Amino acid sequence: MNRLTVYEAAHNADYPLFIPFIMAGDPTRSATVDLALQLQEAGAHILELGIPYSDPLADGPVLQRSAKRALQQGMSLKSAMDLIPEMRKRGLTIPVVVFTYYNPVFQMGMESFLETANEKGADGVLVPDLPFEESQDFTALAKDYQLANISLVAPTSTTRVHKIASHAEGFLYCVSSLGVTGTREVFPQEAYDFIHTVKEHSAVPVAVGFGISKPEHVQSLSGICSGVIVGSAIMKLVEKHANELAAGEEKKKEALQEIKTFVSTLISS
Amino acid sequence: MSNMYPDNRGRFGSFGGKFVPETLMYALEELEQSLEEAQADTDFMEEYKHTLSEYAGRSTPLTYAKRLTEKTGGARIYLKREDLLHTGAHKLNNAIGQALLAKRMGKQKVVAETGAGQHGVATATVCARLGLECKVFMGEEDMRRQALNVFRMELLGAEVVPANSGSKTLKDATNEAIRYWVANVGDTFYLIGSVVGPHPYPKMVRDFQRIIGDETKEQFGQQYGALPDAITACVGGGSNAMGMFYPFLEDDVRLYGAEAAGLGVDTDQHAATITKGTKGIIHGSLTYLMQDENGQIIEPYSISAGLDYPGIGPEHAYLAESGRVMYEGVTDQQALDALSLLTKTEGILPAVESAHALHLAMEKAKEMTSEQSMIICLSGRGDKDVHSIKEAMKKESLSHE
Repeated sequence: MNRLTVYEAAHNADYPLFIPFIMAGDPTRSATVDLALQLQEAGAHILELGIPYSDPLADGPVLQRSAKRALQQGMSLKSAMDLIPEMRKRGLTIPVVVFTYYNPVFQMGMESFLETANEKGADGVLVPDLPFEESQDFTALAKDYQLANISLVAPTSTTRVHKIASHAEGFLYCVSSLGVTGTREVFPQEAYDFIHTVKEHSAVPVAVGFGISKPEHVQSLSGICSGVIVGSAIMKLVEKHANELAAGEEKKKEALQEIKTFVSTLISS
Repeated sequence: MSNMYPDNRGRFGSFGGKFVPETLMYALEELEQSLEEAQADTDFMEEYKHTLSEYAGRSTPLTYAKRLTEKTGGARIYLKREDLLHTGAHKLNNAIGQALLAKRMGKQKVVAETGAGQHGVATATVCARLGLECKVFMGEEDMRRQALNVFRMELLGAEVVPANSGSKTLKDATNEAIRYWVANVGDTFYLIGSVVGPHPYPKMVRDFQRIIGDETKEQFGQQYGALPDAITACVGGGSNAMGMFYPFLEDDVRLYGAEAAGLGVDTDQHAATITKGTKGIIHGSLTYLMQDENGQIIEPYSISAGLDYPGIGPEHAYLAESGRVMYEGVTDQQALDALSLLTKTEGILPAVESAHALHLAMEKAKEMTSEQSMIICLSGRGDKDVHSIKEAMKKESLSHE
C-alpha cells in the first residue's frame, strides 16, 4: 500500500508535515542513505529523493551544484532508486517521493521507471517539468503502480489552480513564490493569500516549498498549510560538510548530527 | 497536411509540447493567446512588415552565384541574402516580431539568451529601437570568445549577464534565461532566438521567420515563373531553415538541412543532433537531442557558435522523421573550405554557420543538371567570424607543414 495515503487524511492536521529533500549521491551514495535515516529520526514525515540532472531548470544554484556533485559520482535515475531498498533495510519507514526531471524518465521509459520506483519501495513521484496538460498518461500509469504523482501549483497558476488541485494526489506542492528553488530571506505577503486559495481547492494536504530555510519561515506557516518542504537549506549544509560526509565514520557522524540539529530546530519551531 | 502543425497541444506529430515548470504555464497560455490575437490584427502585421522594410532593410536580394555555379558544376546556385539584413543575420526578423508583440502585451522588459551573440545583438537592437529594457544571458565562455558582440550589446544599452552554470555556453545561457523568466514572469517577455522551447515558441519564431521563404518564393517565381528544384539551409536550433522551408513544405521542392558535424559525426566533437541524437526533452520541448543513456544532456561542439546547440527545433525533428527534409552533417573543415570558396568566387564572406549550408548545397548541386536550381539560405555574414576563421586557418596551415 502507498505510504502517502496515511497523510492524505492529515489534511487539516494541527501539526505540519515536514518534507525534506535530499539529492541522491551528494556527496556519496552511502551519505545519502545516512541522511535519509537521520532525517527520519529528526522527525521528517516524507522524504523527497532528488535525482541529479544536467539541466535542472527549476533549481537555483545550491541544487544545481548539488546535482553536479552527484553526477560526478556517476549517479543516474536507476542507481538513485537503488538507494531506496538500502534505506528501507536500515529502517526507513516514511514515504519516499522520487523527484526527477522528465528527460531521464523519458530515456528510461515511463512504465519502466514507474515499475522500478514501485519495486524499490517509493510511494510517489514528482516531475517538475511535466505540467498538468502533459501528465495525463503518466498519472494514470503511476496509479497502476500504486504511486502518487505529486502536482505543483505556483502563484502564477491563477485559473489553473482548480483543475490541478482537484486532481492532486498524496500532497499538493505549493510553490511559495516565483523563481527557482533556493533560500529566501523573507516570504512575500501574497504567499499567504495564495496558500489559502489553494487549500480551498485541494482534497490532499497542501505543503509549501521554495525558500523555506529558517525557523521563522516554518513558524509563520504553521496553521496556514499542512506541510513544509525544505531542500536547498539542507543541501547547503550538505555542501558545507561534503568532505566530512564523504570521510570516515567519526567525521561523518559529526556532520550528520549538525544537519539533524538544524532540521530538528525547523521541525520543532 | 504539415501546414496544420502544430496542433492545439503544440505538437508537431509527436514532437514539441510544453515541458516546463508550472510557474511558466500561465505565461505560455497568455503568450499563445496574445500571439493569436496579434497575428489576426492587420495593424500589428502591418507594423511588423513595415519595420522589416523601413528599418531592417527587407526585402533581401536573391543573388545568382554565377562563378560559384561554374566552379561547382551542376545546378544553378542562388543565395538568399539574409547576410544583408540589418545587424548581419536573419535573427532580426524574429527579434522584431517578438519585441513588437512584447510591446503589444504591455511588457516593458525583455530577456533573451545568446550563443555567439547574433540573437543578443538583434534583440538589443530592436529593444533600443522600441525603448524596451533588455537583458541578455550569455555563457561566460562565449562572452570571452565573442567579446566584441558583448560590447556591441552593451553599446545598444543592453545588460549582458554571464551564465556560469554547466559548460557556460548557449545551453546554459538558455537555462539561465528561463530561470530568470520564471522569477520575473509578471513583467518580462522572454524573446527566444530560435524555433526551440515550449509551445508556442517554435511556431511563433517560425512565423516571424517565414518571410525568408515567402520572399524567396516570390522572387524566384517572378524571375523564372517556377519553383526552385532544391533549397539548403543550416540548422542549429533551426530558425533560418524553418523560415526558409516552411512556405515550400507542400511544394515539389527538395529541402536539405545542414547540421554541424564538427570534427566528424564519428567523433564525440559535433552538434549533429538529427544524425546522431535521440528523442528527449530539452528547454521545454520534445525533440531530438544529444544525451547519454541516462538522459543527461551532452555538450555539443562546432566551430560555429551559432550551431553548437544540443537540441533542434521540434518541427525539424518532425520533418526529419517524416522524411520531408533531409538532414546531413557538415564538418568544420568542409564549412571553412566552402567559406573560402564563396569569398573568392563571389566576394561574399558568409557566416561560418551559413557556410555549412553552402557546402551541403554544392555537394547536392553537383548531382543536379544545369537546368536545375539550388537556393542557399545565406543566413548571415561572416564579419563576426573573421578572428576565429583566421585562428582555424592558421592551425590548419601549421598542421600541413
